[in-house]
Formats: sequence, structure tokens, C-alpha cells
Amino acid sequence: MTTVNFKIWRGDKTAGDFQDYQTQVTEGMVVLDAVHQIQSESANDLACRWNCKAGKCGSCSAEVNGMPRLMCMTRLNDMDLSKSITIEPMRAFPPIKDLVTDVSHNYRAKKKIKPFKPRKPDNADGSWNMQQQDVERVQEFRKCIECYLCQDVCHVLRDHHKHDEFIGPRFFVYVAALEMHPLDETDRLPELKETQGIGYCNITKCCTKVCPEHITITDNAIIPLKERVADEFYDPVKKVIRRLFGLAKPNHKS
Amino acid sequence: MQAPDIWCLNQHGEIELRGLLMAQDIQGLRQRRWGETLRQDNWWAAPLLVFSILMSFIVYSTWAAFQNAHYEYQNYLSPFYSPVLWGDSHHSWFGAQPAWWPSWLPFSPALLILPFPAGFRLTCYYYRGAYYKAFWADPPACAVGEPRKGYLGERYFPLVIQNIHRYFLYIAMLFLMILARDAYLGFWFDNDGDGSFSNFGIGVGTIVLCVNVLLLSSYTFGCHSLRHLVGGAWNKLSGSPIRSKCYGCVTRLNGQHMRWAWLSLFWVAFSDIYVRLCSMGIWHDFRIL
Repeated sequence: MTTVNFKIWRGDKTAGDFQDYQTQVTEGMVVLDAVHQIQSESANDLACRWNCKAGKCGSCSAEVNGMPRLMCMTRLNDMDLSKSITIEPMRAFPPIKDLVTDVSHNYRAKKKIKPFKPRKPDNADGSWNMQQQDVERVQEFRKCIECYLCQDVCHVLRDHHKHDEFIGPRFFVYVAALEMHPLDETDRLPELKETQGIGYCNITKCCTKVCPEHITITDNAIIPLKERVADEFYDPVKKVIRRLFGLAKPNHKS
Repeated sequence: MQAPDIWCLNQHGEIELRGLLMAQDIQGLRQRRWGETLRQDNWWAAPLLVFSILMSFIVYSTWAAFQNAHYEYQNYLSPFYSPVLWGDSHHSWFGAQPAWWPSWLPFSPALLILPFPAGFRLTCYYYRGAYYKAFWADPPACAVGEPRKGYLGERYFPLVIQNIHRYFLYIAMLFLMILARDAYLGFWFDNDGDGSFSNFGIGVGTIVLCVNVLLLSSYTFGCHSLRHLVGGAWNKLSGSPIRSKCYGCVTRLNGQHMRWAWLSLFWVAFSDIYVRLCSMGIWHDFRIL
């Protein structure tokens, strides 16, 4: 058993600061266990969101030693316990109280995205025919637990506060899941370029690094979407060829 | 900036515009100072390493390009100078330096061709992320404060130009064919000294040039734009076995794109160094066969 010092951010949207708490750490504990222990021992009013403690609900997102992480999946024995461990709320969202932030930006961002609209059913019973190979690509995106760690680490939101012009990596993954779906027939590229701000992404891959579900956000979602936007708006040669030969846009072929 | 639309599905399953989204209150957020972070690891090491390696490469390749000398050794040609469009070399396509070349402008065959592979790497999705961090601190590393308040990203000029990456890809594929031909010519030596280059052999330089083509191919054929071109643009690959196979191959290479990017960068510089030092008589090309 070791006594470890935790520096936890306490405050609300007007002001806040780090406060020190000591607690005993035992083998197998995760950061969320330590936070709960501190709550019961010395800070009963410490606010913190959590739910499943299994890395599946995405509630306990916070910044541990400066990096966005799920507190329930961050093991203390992987960290240097001789130094203080800092825990702060996600910095890309307005704080509400202590470790709890207002993540409503994400619900608003989702409203900007055109929903899934499948083509007409292939069969008389209203069903569709699909090959596993064609849906495999979008299945990776469905692993997302909406913890918003990718949104938190993205410097476009975190440092430049482009919340109104940029939907963020989580929702590029969501758009990719719809846009690349073999049944979907909606065109989301104009919004992706204009109001959803995919051009702001400068491919730092920080979102991929922090994803607890190991979704290859940048390479499999954002860059393919950037390429589709380039096809549509920044490739004059392709546009001319398409017009000359009357070709359909490839991503709209079913 | 126009207010974004809110989209919903109506009762008939049609997508419908439901209104406009108002600006969000993001009170309580502040921009961190340059380098401000609570990270305890050596977050500065990776961008520093990238900066050092890329800077060294830029300095060396610029120096080498301006030399206009020691770029070939017998049947070997430095990849920095390939193709030699004009130049004093038996590799030259159109003869010696043209008479119309302005006398005030330094001449080197490398200066005519290097902008193309440089453009390919400059607009490469992997390198973009790496050099934005290392050279422009945008951001310096993940979750580390930035030096500037304003941000345009790749949405506006000048960085919106990065979208031309696919055109550099097309040119890079032509260059690959030329470098593959150079590697093939690296097997044919001039044993008799009559300038015929008709004797088959293998030297260390032959292997260096072949590895160069192999690494550059792995880098180029794993390009994100190529991945899009061969299959990524289509939502349905099941009906096209060739397209599906190509997409699978490019995707596999793309998974290691960073590794191929660095290995090919090292090796292309090493290939030039090898040919240069052999030509200067400092290194001796060992003949295996």
C-alpha cells in the first residue's frame, strides 16, 4: 500500500484551481477508484461523472497527467506514483463543477449531420441485400462509445475553440459511418466542407492516439472524408473527366 | 460564418431541414500558453526528432541538388538527379545543359526534378501532421498549448493547397518507374570501358538502388490518396474483385505509412550519399557478381 498525492481540479465555469488529496493506493486500482476513495475520505462534494467502470459507457473522461483518458481504464500501477497525479476536467468543454464538463457541444454537432437515409429496399419484403465486405469498413466506426476524448484532445476545439465551425473527430467518424455505408444515398460533402469544418483538421492524429476503442479515426475516417471533399471541390481535372464522360460520383454508386 | 442547419428525418423517412443552430456558449474555456501542459512525459522529444531529421534532410538535399557534380558513378545514378533531363552525363535524356538556360541562374539537373518528389512529401498526409507539430507548433504535441491564437487550418489559403496531393501522387508514380529503370541499369556494368554498359553484374550500389525503389514504392503505394483512388471512393467493393484486392493491398501498406515514409526518406538520401562518395573515390563499390 502506498500513499499517493492527487492534484484534483476543483471549481466551476467562473474559477477553479488544483487541490491536493492524499489517499492509499493498492494493487489493481484505477484512477477512478482513487477518485471515489478521495470522495469518501476527504472530499464528499467532489463532482465526477462515472457509470460502468469498464471502459464502455464513456462517462468518466478526464485529463490524467495532462492527457485525455478514461479514469476507469487508467491503471495506477502504470504511473509514477512518486510524483503527484493530476486529474482535471476535459479542457475542450466548459466546466460545470470539478471534473464534470458541459459536453452539449457534441449533441449540437450531431444535429448538423444529415441522418442515415437508405436507398429503396431491394426486396418486396422491405429488406436490403448487403455484402459483409461492404459494411466491414463502417463497423469499426460503430465501436465509438462517445467518451469525447478525441474531441477533447483536438486542438481545433481545445485551443482554438472553433465549436461553432467544427464538429470534431467524433462526428467525422459518425459522418464517415453514414457516408461510407453501402445503403446510404445522402450527400453530406457540402456540409462537411462548409458548416462542419473538415478543412480545420490538420491531421495531428491526436484523436487516434487517445481513442480508448482504438478506432483509427484519422486514417480511416477523417482522411477518406477529406479525399471525398477534395474529389468534389478541389479536383478540377476529375470534375472535367466526370462531366465529359457522364460518370457518376463514385461514392454515390451503390 | 453562416449558422449551420439542423437536419432530421421526418415521418415519411425523408431528410428535412428543421432550423438553424445558434452559436454555443463556451464560457469558461481559455487558451493555454505556448508549451503549457500537465503531461509528465517527454512530449517534446518526438517533434524535436522530426524537426532535426527533416531539417537535416532539407539542408543535405538542397546542398546536393546545387552541386551538379558526383551524381553518377559508372552505371549508378543518384535518385536526387533522376531523371537527368539535361546534363553532362550518359544518363542525360536531352543532352548537355541547354544554351537557352539563363547564365545568372545556377544549373543543376536536380533542380529541375526535385520539386516534384518534394511536393509529394510536403503534401503527404503523414508528413503534414508531423511537420505542423515540429515546424509550426500547431500544436507542438497532443494536449500541449500553442503559440498562436488565430487558426485557419487547411480550410483557407495557403494550406487549402494541400488538397493537390493526388496530383503529386500521379507524378510520384512516374518517378517510380524512372527510378526502377535506374535500378535495372544498375545491373549493367561497363567492364570493357567502351561505354556500352552491357555486362551483367551486381554491386553494392545495385542493391542500394533496388532497395531505394522498394522503399519508395512501399511509401507511394501506401498513399492515402491512392487508397481513395483505388477503392476508398466507392461504398461498395464487393462487385469488383480487382478493385477490392487493390484497396486491400494499399490499405495494408497504408497501415505502416509512417514507417515507409521515414525509411524511404533515409534511404533516398543514403543512395545519393553512396553514389556521391563512390564518384568522389572515397568509397569503393564492392562487386558481388
